[in-house]
Amino acid sequence: MIRVVLPAHLRSLARVDGQVRLEIEGPVTLQSVLDALEARYPVLRGTIRDHVSHERRAFLRFFACKQDLSHEPPDALLPDAVAAGEEPFRIVGALAGG
Amino acid sequence: MSATRVLVGTRKGAFVLTSDGKRERWEVSGPHFAGWEIYHMTGSPADPNRLYASQTSGWFGQVIQRSSDGGTTWEPVGNKFAYDGVPGTHQWYDGTQHPWEFKRVWHLEPSLADPDTVYAGVEDAALFRTVDGGQTWQELPGLRRAKGHLWQPGAGGMGLHTIVLDPSDPERIFIAISAAGVFRTDDAGATWRPVNGGLKSNYELPDPEAEVGHCVHRIAMHPSRPNVLFMQKHWDVMRSDDAGESWREISGDLPSDFGFPIAVHAHEPETIYVVPIKSDSEHYPPDGKLRVYRSRTGGNEWEALTKGLPQRDCYVNVLRDAMAVDSLDPCGVYFGTTGGQVYASADAGDRWTPIVRDLPAVLSVEVQTLP
Repeated sequence: MIRVVLPAHLRSLARVDGQVRLEIEGPVTLQSVLDALEARYPVLRGTIRDHVSHERRAFLRFFACKQDLSHEPPDALLPDAVAAGEEPFRIVGALAGG
Repeated sequence: MSATRVLVGTRKGAFVLTSDGKRERWEVSGPHFAGWEIYHMTGSPADPNRLYASQTSGWFGQVIQRSSDGGTTWEPVGNKFAYDGVPGTHQWYDGTQHPWEFKRVWHLEPSLADPDTVYAGVEDAALFRTVDGGQTWQELPGLRRAKGHLWQPGAGGMGLHTIVLDPSDPERIFIAISAAGVFRTDDAGATWRPVNGGLKSNYELPDPEAEVGHCVHRIAMHPSRPNVLFMQKHWDVMRSDDAGESWREISGDLPSDFGFPIAVHAHEPETIYVVPIKSDSEHYPPDGKLRVYRSRTGGNEWEALTKGLPQRDCYVNVLRDAMAVDSLDPCGVYFGTTGGQVYASADAGDRWTPIVRDLPAVLSVEVQTLP
């Protein structure tokens, strides 16, 4: 069971409270987690990664286990603690500054 | 007794303002989609309870919201705006060609006849259409073949911000794009051509009378005279009496002919409204006085409308999509400011009252007159 933390605006868009829990078949990668997330909540398509290119939107970040995974390739394995559900995979809106 | 519903898009959410036909007491609902930019929210002429909103964010991209109960409840619909085929390129700031990239929906224009058909004007400039209530969107790619490779974004982005449907001819549509100009189709969007003859951009373009490149801010039409168009250009207020084939200046005695919105009175096709702004580098009213100007002669002769509007120390802007009229008698006129005020006049502009004073910066105002 993978735990995903969404930013507040995406939680309200998807109408979820708290963390999202996803079952992933096969390797736990950025792509497989995002695929499963979008399959469960189609309204999130296009809000995290581009519809066509699947590139991460510029001002979103992927954090887990105190690491920034934003620049990892889509097929990179996520940390074991995320795959085991011990630590959440966090989708974060980047700081706007100010 | 008829009712009035004002749809307000702001930098941080949407608001719905409702009143009876007297337009004196208002209920305020919102913020809807709190924290998101609502570039535009509007209703279907064919079904006033069908509303659409363009919800955008620099972080999360584009969402389209749809309501079937007049804005009480909403559901997100399709947000995939994929350019047709290979997107191609347009002019970039450094003189190179740059690929088209979707950024946001600036304006939604529902069909006059079908609540499920809506046109969407987007940045980078293109026109999309849905025929299934927003579930899927298809580009009308003929528009970008109208010299799209010469279009170049201005500082505000290359947005398609105005869509005017001809009520007498369903095949004819006018659109306007920042820093590109006005374009017209006569075959329901298959082919397009620029209709910018007579526009002069002496400071903005190397060829002041170029076929494309003019920074048109807004065009407006009265439904009873579909060949007459009014335009607020970057500088200059303009008029065409031949469906855009030729334009002539009608700025007349305005204190400044720079501005963003332009609107036409619901019952008087020669009565028009603009909000003069000091200059392109000073986006606030001249002399700190917020004045709507009205012409009852189709341009050239203008009168300042000031009653109820701040006449000192006012430095707000009124954006291109932030002025609208209702269809009651007398005609109501409404506009929103970047300072968060929405002003209403229930007597065609003679006197103004703020409906709300402290919203986030207003991006768009639309009005529905309900039975």
